[in-house]
Amino acid sequence: MHDDHDHDGHHHDNHLDPTAARVKALETILTRKGLIDPAAIDAIVDIYENRIGPRNGAKVVAKAWDDQAYADWLKRDATAAIASLGFTGRQGEHMRAVFNAPDTHNLVVCTLCSCYPWSVLGLPPVWYKSPPYRSKAVIDPRGVLAEFGLALPDGTNIRVWDSTAELRYLVVPMRPAGTTGWSEERLADLVTRDSMIGTALAREPETA
Amino acid sequence: MSRPERAAIISGDEPPFAEPWQAEAFALTVALHERGLFSWAEWAETLSTEVKAPGAADDGSDYYACWLRALEKLIAGKGVAAPRDVEALSQAWQRAAHATPHGKPILLENDPLRGG
Repeated sequence: MHDDHDHDGHHHDNHLDPTAARVKALETILTRKGLIDPAAIDAIVDIYENRIGPRNGAKVVAKAWDDQAYADWLKRDATAAIASLGFTGRQGEHMRAVFNAPDTHNLVVCTLCSCYPWSVLGLPPVWYKSPPYRSKAVIDPRGVLAEFGLALPDGTNIRVWDSTAELRYLVVPMRPAGTTGWSEERLADLVTRDSMIGTALAREPETA
Repeated sequence: MSRPERAAIISGDEPPFAEPWQAEAFALTVALHERGLFSWAEWAETLSTEVKAPGAADDGSDYYACWLRALEKLIAGKGVAAPRDVEALSQAWQRAAHATPHGKPILLENDPLRGG
């Protein structure tokens, strides 16, 4: 809907673009059939716009850095370890945490469409959903990382994980040096969204 | 495969939805799945067909347009709403919007062609 200014005294000029009107039409039909509740729709929008995002995932990663028993649990059963912090998926999906190591870097993509670990990262950025990323991440992961400004040593093995509706991945980046004794809260500030997709590393302490 | 443009991959942080209808279409899908109208795997397959259709934008800018088409197809396929009914009702919404004084909420009842 655009914002018409008031010209020559006529106020009857609201405009609903065809796409917005189609969504309104769907919502009307589904409400009339009792398949949705408009209040529940508003609540879902609020959750995904305001309440979940990469801070959830950063808490998971920081806890894994700080607590070896939690890291082991996350490696063994990520769905349960993540749920223990209160982050659960709405689509019944399973989570798997993949850990970066000095010789292995992990990168997540969804070649199917845009499957993404909503409960820990929120909704995906536009580039994650774009055809170039979806096709190139599998064929040329090193080239993709270079486009993100990330150059890994030649000897580093890059593993690409293709998400599905049932299984979503969370990359656990390596803990930066110089963070001994840091609290989980402080560690979480080093964990960016892109570092949990694998297109970046965790921040270094001096740049955080 | 041609080499994708750097700009298509790299972009800054955006809010999750560019326009309100995108958020609504997203939420309708989540709600219908939770109600059991379709499985999430079924949804992902349907969405995949749309985002992989020829002509999809390289920068992902038409993602929610694809999302909406997928939702309409799935809803039609389940026999919940025929495309012609959705089309007729969306035109009613557009007429109602046009007939609604500026600053007042747009109500479907404001459609001047609304049948008794």
